[in-house]
Amino acid sequence: MQTMLKQRSGVRAAQPARRAVQVRAVAAPMKATTSKSPALTPEVAKDLYYDMVLGREFEEMCAQMYYRGKMFGFVHLYSGQEAVSSGVIRQLRPEDYVVSTYRDHVHALSKGVTAREVMAELFGKKTGCCRGQGGSMHMFSAKHGVLGGYAFIGEGIPVGLGAAFQSKYRHDVLGEEKDYSVTCSFFGDGTCNVGQFYESLNMAALYKLPHIFVVENNLWAIGMSHLRATARTAGDEDPHIYKKGAAFGMPGVLVDGMDVMKVHQVAKEAIERARRGEGPTLIEAETYRFRGHSLADPDELRSKEEKAKWLARDPIPQLKKYMLDNGLASEADIKSLEDKVAEIVEDCVKFADESPKPERGQLLENVFADPRGFGIAEDGRYRYQMPGFSSGTAVVS
Amino acid sequence: MLASRNTRASGARVAAAPAQRAILAARSGRRASVAAQAQKKEIMMWEALREAIDEEMERDPTVCVMGEDVGHYGGSYKCTLGLYKKYGDMRVLDTPICENGFMGMGVGAAMTGLRPIVEGMNMGFLLLAFNQISNNCGMLHYTSGGQFKTPLVIRGPGGVGRQLGAEHSQRLESYFQSIPGVQLVACSTVKNSKALLKAAIRSDNPIIFFEHVLLYNVKGEAGDKDDVACLERAEVVREGTDVVIFTYSRMRYVVMQAVNELVKQGYNPEVVDLISLKPFDMETIAKSVKKTRKVIIVEECMKTGGIGASLSAVIHESLFNELDHEVVRLSSQDVPTAYAYELEAATIVQSSQVVDAVHRIVGATAPVRA
Repeated sequence: MQTMLKQRSGVRAAQPARRAVQVRAVAAPMKATTSKSPALTPEVAKDLYYDMVLGREFEEMCAQMYYRGKMFGFVHLYSGQEAVSSGVIRQLRPEDYVVSTYRDHVHALSKGVTAREVMAELFGKKTGCCRGQGGSMHMFSAKHGVLGGYAFIGEGIPVGLGAAFQSKYRHDVLGEEKDYSVTCSFFGDGTCNVGQFYESLNMAALYKLPHIFVVENNLWAIGMSHLRATARTAGDEDPHIYKKGAAFGMPGVLVDGMDVMKVHQVAKEAIERARRGEGPTLIEAETYRFRGHSLADPDELRSKEEKAKWLARDPIPQLKKYMLDNGLASEADIKSLEDKVAEIVEDCVKFADESPKPERGQLLENVFADPRGFGIAEDGRYRYQMPGFSSGTAVVS
Repeated sequence: MLASRNTRASGARVAAAPAQRAILAARSGRRASVAAQAQKKEIMMWEALREAIDEEMERDPTVCVMGEDVGHYGGSYKCTLGLYKKYGDMRVLDTPICENGFMGMGVGAAMTGLRPIVEGMNMGFLLLAFNQISNNCGMLHYTSGGQFKTPLVIRGPGGVGRQLGAEHSQRLESYFQSIPGVQLVACSTVKNSKALLKAAIRSDNPIIFFEHVLLYNVKGEAGDKDDVACLERAEVVREGTDVVIFTYSRMRYVVMQAVNELVKQGYNPEVVDLISLKPFDMETIAKSVKKTRKVIIVEECMKTGGIGASLSAVIHESLFNELDHEVVRLSSQDVPTAYAYELEAATIVQSSQVVDAVHRIVGATAPVRA
């Protein structure tokens, strides 16, 4: 066992950049420099297109299902922001991790969780990815490295850091011979005023964790405009989030979040950086949600002009046009991708509808990984050994 | 290996004696401590906790420590003294001052296969980590449908110290009590602190492990590296017949001080150290209640919403006909802990109050023995 504890030479909690010059060189905030969209292979382009269409059609189906009384509670749709999810997540490996907030359906889909599992979860069925116990805001998948789905914004980012820490630990402390797994945490402009964001920026840079902060700046936190909630960065007209990376010694990059190819390029650089052990990156993707904050939001504060402006920049037709213009896909290719998505979305609704609801017996099952946590009853047996436990009727306190 | 109940009962009484002697020795001279030293080597509780952490880190390379000043400084109460030299800066991670942040990082690390021990330099600081402890630590196994577990140990010193002021004198066990999915364990002796911490580290559940700021220098014998306690078991400190006193953490010593006085007066109280504040060991508790039919709870947390409030309710609900008297709770006053010595002393339970409570509930004079 002792031999496994060999440490790479000089591995310590990474020292913060000590010299200002070094910080500036590494952390110069910059807009994505490409004015022309970077090139993609046909395979990658089609994969991105498929993934964005899947995200869009899935979310639009959720809206329908919600209003038909198939799903309940707080449902936050991603429509309009697909370029960010697809652009970043489609190039992650299976052993990489994704953390999100309550706007997490599409992040889960991009990472590989099946539409069936996500829809069934939304319908509250036991075939859902979380057995119906999580719901819209808590999508988890151990198989695909989706670490949640968090309702309180900001609380997922440190969890993402933990996964990145674990990856570095396995490599540096346990000596496992494999690349760092990269973790991407997704969250919005509103989250960038939560303390945990800053605590996480500091620790990620300090420990040089393979973690990428992806800010989906859609300008609104429910009804609170980003401009009214966030102080302007020094010398700027706007409150720039990407510039906050420099304060913590990491690169901060601004990217057009409606252009999947630009997002893809920026994410590629950040992922490679993290994989090489050079630490975290802060990406601010300027994007927009076409729908309200949630399906319960009347969305009255955003002006029609603003919405129209962003709708005109819908990432899906943008990529479609690019693919056709540059011979990456034919009309027939694109139609077949769209048909495939339609089939999958229809199938997942049918699956979710026909799936059984959780039984009462599920109530007590996953409270503890070790069910001895419910304690010892008067007769000396552990409570989980009592007959009512598996039927969910046992008295456990 | 988990100790069986019978072994625990006798083992616990032996374990209580050296620590108790150490307390009395300070008051009544050196006689008792000399006798104690003649046995196996005695160590202090901080050393026992350090041994537990060291042994478990050696046994399982995924066990790591995170917290403020746990590394180079060795821990504010020395519980990780020198461990960074043996295990390196990553396994004994000095964090910046960001409790919510590093608690969340511990959660994420636990979800992905590590077994972090997260230290709150003072338990009270973990109020800043309440978001992560409640939402993520406690709930993730459930909301993920069982896909992820969070085998964290969250430990640190709490309780009222010596004039540390209100914020450094908090008892968080009552605040964390309602969080579903966590276990609460309070150690009290050298032996049980090491054995319980080892068990907590090995557990797949998130365990909030309460140490007491005034108990770190308590002396006693610790078990060896295979001595792993049962996290869900209470400890019978002293068997008796007249009344059962349920207590935990430092109040165990206050109770035993009162018991020494009561024994001289002819009373025969039973003392049970709850150890597991959540869940309660209802087998041990019910056995003691049925035997004595009178219950006093002595705790350091506030009266309102305290551990005693829960225990009292459970005893009344499930053991009502076994009681000759309503359950009496001796808890701290619902006031912030003042700095001034006299006010601080008036906030927490003193041994004279325990003696008075036994007089009230059992009778002004000790029962006549057949």
